[in-house]
Amino acid sequence: MWQELRTELRPQGLEIVTVALDARGSETAGPWISKAAPDHPSLIDEAHVVDALFGIVNVPSGIWIDEDGVIVRPPEPGYPRRPAFLDRVVPPDASPAERERIELVKALHVDAERYVAALRDWVERGGESPYALTPVEVVRRSRPRTIEEATAAAHFALGQALHARGARAAAVGHFREAHRLQPTNWTYRRDAWSLAGTDRENQYGTNWVDEVKRQGVENYYPRLRL
Amino acid sequence: MVFTSARVTVDEFERIAGWRLKPEGLCRGERCVPFRSNDPDVVELDAVAEALAMPLVRDERHGLWALGSEAGTTALRSAVAPDLELPDFRGGTFRLSSLRGTKVVLVAWASW
Repeated sequence: MWQELRTELRPQGLEIVTVALDARGSETAGPWISKAAPDHPSLIDEAHVVDALFGIVNVPSGIWIDEDGVIVRPPEPGYPRRPAFLDRVVPPDASPAERERIELVKALHVDAERYVAALRDWVERGGESPYALTPVEVVRRSRPRTIEEATAAAHFALGQALHARGARAAAVGHFREAHRLQPTNWTYRRDAWSLAGTDRENQYGTNWVDEVKRQGVENYYPRLRL
Repeated sequence: MVFTSARVTVDEFERIAGWRLKPEGLCRGERCVPFRSNDPDVVELDAVAEALAMPLVRDERHGLWALGSEAGTTALRSAVAPDLELPDFRGGTFRLSSLRGTKVVLVAWASW
């Protein structure tokens, strides 16, 4: 999805680095990466260490880092183009559940046009761009890390490690604990759900629609503060 | 950061956690946190957890320990990007610091 922008902006000195938050690693992310045939580094993060290191809680999230290795924008929703789900039409024969899901997805805040325009401005103007935040503002905007959120990271890592060792029931216990401790972390939720396949609602007792409604659709992707 | 023992060799700890044990303490990048280990080759995870304010979660049945992230701060303690090190999809190792001198957008995505 980022290759096109990378081709456009690489001559001006921008590199894209993608990180796949997939507990099954290359097994699930690999085919997508191969299909995209990216020229940029494409990394695999089975234990979601970028959540712990940068405060990422959902995908896609973008972090801008300048030439000196200084973050100028902390994690925020980062779509490189308008996603097709915003323009989906509810089929006339859709079930009430399907209709609700499609309408909920269409209500998510995504502003790819402004995000990409801001990115082009920063690539061109660097520190002079109004979208490059000061170090103080970057830290101020990054998420507070409570003891609960810090502990959720440990449970998610244990869940991923146990799943990889075949101890699936034990893994679910740790994933559930991570979800309880950090309910707003969608990467912890959705990756664990994907491991459960069609049995996800039995194992976790909830689903995406119910959780989005519980937390408020406006909070799924916070509005960009550009 | 998952470990298979509550006592780990310094080599294993440094490889998994990304922190280095130095005379001044545990260091990551330019930042060092005071820490002393009685054994120069081994660290106790509960002592590390206390020094770094990282919760230590134990799964006794499976013999696994995991350190969480640092608590009581913001996710970013400073605007200096942590030196992320991860495998690329071909199995090589990538370090974010290898792109110093270049603007970078780090993008988190997923297949699910």
